Amino acid sequence: MANDKYETHEYDVIVIGAGGAGLRAAIEASAAGVKTALICKSLLGKAHTVMAEGGIAAALRNVYQEDNWKVHFRDTMRGGKMLNNWRMAQLHAQEAPDRVLELEEWGALFDRTKDGRILQRDFGGHRYARLAHVGDRTGLEMIRTLQQHAVHKGIDVYMECNIQRLLKDGDRVCGAFGYWRESGKFVTFKSKATVLATGGVGKAWKFTSNSWEYTGDGTTLAADAGADLIDMEMIQFHPTGMVWPNSVRGILVTEGVRGDGGTLRNSEGERFMFNYITDYFRAETAETEEEADAWYEDKTNNRRTPDLLPRDEVARAINAEVKAGRGSPHGGVLLDIASRRSAEYIARRLPSMHHQFKELADVDITKEPMEVGPTCHYIMGGVRVEADTAATTVPGLYAAGEVAAGLHGANRLGGNSLSDLLVFGRRAGLYAAQYAQDLEGHPSPATDQIEQCAQELLAPFNNDGGENPYSVHMALQDCMQNLVGIIRAESELKKAQTEIASLKERLARVTVEGHRQYNPGWNLALDLQSLLTVAEATTMGALERKESRGGHTREDHPGPDPDKYGKINLVLRRKDGEFSLSAEPLPEMPDDLKELFEEGR
Amino acid sequence: MASEFTMRVWRGDLSGGEFKDYRVEAQEGMVVLDVIHTIQATQAPDLAVRWNCKAGKCGSCSAEINGKPRLLCMTRMNLFEPGETITISPIKTFPLLRDLVTDVSFNYEKAKKIPALKLKAKEADGTRRMYQDDVDRVQEFHKCIECFLCQDVCHVIRDHEDNKPEFAGPRSFVRLASLEMHPLDEEDRREFLKGDAGLGYCNITKCCTEVCPEGIHITDNAIIPLKERVVDAYYDPVVWLMNKLTGK
Amino acid sequence: MSDQAVAVNRGGPTDKTLRIDAWWVEPAVTVGMLSTFLIYTTWAALVNEHYYVAPYLSPFYSPCLSTSCAHVTLGLFDWPLSPAILILWAPAGFRLTCYYYRKAYYRSFWMSPPACAVRDGHAQYSGETRFPLLMQNLHRYFFYAATLVVLFLWWDALLAFRFPTTDGGSEFGLGLGTLVLIANAAFLSLYSFSCHSCRHLCGGGLDVLSQSPLRLKLWRQVSRLNENHMLFAWISLVGVMLTDVYVRFISMGYISDVRFF
Repeated sequence: MANDKYETHEYDVIVIGAGGAGLRAAIEASAAGVKTALICKSLLGKAHTVMAEGGIAAALRNVYQEDNWKVHFRDTMRGGKMLNNWRMAQLHAQEAPDRVLELEEWGALFDRTKDGRILQRDFGGHRYARLAHVGDRTGLEMIRTLQQHAVHKGIDVYMECNIQRLLKDGDRVCGAFGYWRESGKFVTFKSKATVLATGGVGKAWKFTSNSWEYTGDGTTLAADAGADLIDMEMIQFHPTGMVWPNSVRGILVTEGVRGDGGTLRNSEGERFMFNYITDYFRAETAETEEEADAWYEDKTNNRRTPDLLPRDEVARAINAEVKAGRGSPHGGVLLDIASRRSAEYIARRLPSMHHQFKELADVDITKEPMEVGPTCHYIMGGVRVEADTAATTVPGLYAAGEVAAGLHGANRLGGNSLSDLLVFGRRAGLYAAQYAQDLEGHPSPATDQIEQCAQELLAPFNNDGGENPYSVHMALQDCMQNLVGIIRAESELKKAQTEIASLKERLARVTVEGHRQYNPGWNLALDLQSLLTVAEATTMGALERKESRGGHTREDHPGPDPDKYGKINLVLRRKDGEFSLSAEPLPEMPDDLKELFEEGR
Repeated sequence: MASEFTMRVWRGDLSGGEFKDYRVEAQEGMVVLDVIHTIQATQAPDLAVRWNCKAGKCGSCSAEINGKPRLLCMTRMNLFEPGETITISPIKTFPLLRDLVTDVSFNYEKAKKIPALKLKAKEADGTRRMYQDDVDRVQEFHKCIECFLCQDVCHVIRDHEDNKPEFAGPRSFVRLASLEMHPLDEEDRREFLKGDAGLGYCNITKCCTEVCPEGIHITDNAIIPLKERVVDAYYDPVVWLMNKLTGK
Repeated sequence: MSDQAVAVNRGGPTDKTLRIDAWWVEPAVTVGMLSTFLIYTTWAALVNEHYYVAPYLSPFYSPCLSTSCAHVTLGLFDWPLSPAILILWAPAGFRLTCYYYRKAYYRSFWMSPPACAVRDGHAQYSGETRFPLLMQNLHRYFFYAATLVVLFLWWDALLAFRFPTTDGGSEFGLGLGTLVLIANAAFLSLYSFSCHSCRHLCGGGLDVLSQSPLRLKLWRQVSRLNENHMLFAWISLVGVMLTDVYVRFISMGYISDVRFF
């Protein structure tokens, strides 16, 4: 029986995380008629989804009739360097349009075409203009729409509640245990099915576009509950983050800047991306500036600008330019839209970028170029899920959104994230609800499980080690930034492993001051458990994958290894706190889909 | 390029509190939130502050800086003279939880009561058509990041606790305006606006507009047009007569 | 967050305000300006003399509806008091219920609130939910009435081109006063047509503007004017007062009009 010592709630389905995926999952589960709760670490509507800027990728065919799910599927797989779970990529491409139209039914107002339909914009790696958008604040529109829809549906929302452990009844996940940030008091949720939608891990790196919540909670909760993680080494460094001033370094500059005509230049004024077109994309990429510029207007007769190559390619190119001494004054490159589009156009298409640079960097992007450089943005790897149902390898546990892995392979295309949240958020909610409905009785966690969690969570107060959680966090961020960054090498990865091990020891000595009520020092000490788990998993995967592919670049293994690593997922399992790693073959793509890749351009 | 400042930060909870001074060095380009983080990391690890994105997009870090409602992450330190004392207090309208963090559940409760979107039937071809000319106006309201600074500064509830049950506040009016002006919505919220939402409490003194970090013209584009729509329904004898005559 | 009831004690500092800037300047200036205008207008409207010197009619007395006017616009009946009283209620009511002036005087005269994030000067507050402030909702009627008055002011401006000749006839001409009257009518028009009620009536009340291109255009124009409603409110306020002063001073012989031709 559950421990009555702590506040306890009982639900059919609980959803942990209230970004796009969590909200969409909760809406679906609730619509299926099961008692649903949505639990989030921040206030409702503040999740990292609000930061998404450019748009939602979906083959709506409002701008290009030639587009369809197969083209979107192909773009996604090629962008992911074929490491994707093909079935997820297929479902995603097929269902994304319906999910976007559904948002419109719920009140979202996308930018319009002349004939009153949803306007779509160009983005890296997408063959056609495909991203439904609202200026450069699409994520805000999406989360607000979902939030309001969920509120009107009467779904119970628990805000500022940090889930720290998943509870188990035998093999099954049967709930979650955590604490209220407001009071520091513990709370138990008992559930038949649990959906993880906790987002990513970016706060393990120093320069990141991610918000404080991105501490890898869900990844760690799942691993601790016995679920498989895959491809944790696949981290996307977005090519364009702010680089100056230092305090805002890493904040995202949307790919929409390039989609709407912006171009990258080095300190010599050269559009250097033309020098970084890899063979893989040569056939579909413009070779001259004239063709690249003409492509914006006429996509049928011109090939796409190399400024819009997939993110991994562009990030590496920027990195190389800076290393070669052709960087901007603060160690980035220049992103220029001012000289290429009118001030009025820029202000209308990119209002929040305009505002962001003006307020934070004193730069008027309608007059001057922006300084940009790579920033840790997204993890393609994460919790392994079944494509159709979003079920993890543990019964009763589902995962959707950034915390789940598979759809994006080795590299995510811009705009595929928001559609991922909708497509797989819905599926996770749907199948979690079904699972809950089919389950007889209500599974229940053992009392000692809860008591043990409670003891562990309070440890930092009783510790006299004197270690400062903020210092440990900063040391971890430096370690990951410098040693497990955009370009990796065996020696550095091994050094990172040693450092992570010593940071784990330091974490055991962390002492927090004060009481449990809204105590950020304590909260960080607990988040550090997840951050270190993620850091460890990523480093392990990165050391094992001896090739360069997508979000994983090895200086000592510069090319892809299609025969070995191109055919496997690296699977991580955690037992008693220790990870073990194995390689498992990718799911086999059916022949009719394989043909899409043999047709060439 | 570092300069030293004294940060006077409110420390306390519902049972009481006081301003505490922290001497901090601010690097070039820093915002107030960076300085608060520095205090946390070096002097007061349990200093409570709510924040998420640090890019002015999530609206979490609302507070009052030298008495003015602002986002901590969008207020740059170079607004102040080196050596200056900067006062940071929690937003005043809502009950304090701890230090700079308040209980903003008032706003979420108000949101629950707003009559939801009700769309017209689809076009004959099964699509929805909306035009940019109509959408533009509503998109301004959708920029809202729910920082609740407008709710904080609004004297109707800031200075009059007893009005809280009767008054939904500027944030709610922005949301109501976005629903009322949605080109495909057919719900009529004027009775709700006049009654439960308490639109009449607003005396259009425009502080909500002054503090909005997204630059939404809350008063001119949301509240006043809503007041005019309520006038249409309740205070305009000519409209009333016309409706009687045309049988609407 | 738990859904605990909102406590009356909110915690936090209890100062009237923590602002350190000169927030009191704006309300003080507003009180000064509006009081000056009120005192001058009341005097000028009641004094019932020196409001007409051919061909200029002071805007405070236009349209002049009494048959005993120094310059009759529309002689409806004989009115023993100042004819200004017959018409000034319209522009006065328009300004009194104007969405901008409401902000100005609620803040400055009524201190509710005196400035943003400065404590309200009153313990109780019911806004515009009860009589008499409920009457603010009649703004659009004052808009109609004030618009009529503005039309008459344009008429006066036209008449200001027609100068009397010594033989009792009239001739076409242009004086500084003509320009003053035109400017006054122009500023008052800008103020009237930038009004929020006007904006609503032109198109703001529609949800789908794209299907009514004319009203969309009109609404956009008025919206653009509306952004400067406060500016027009002040310019036209000072303008109408100075116009009266100009006519009055000529009439009293303090100054003489400049005649261009």
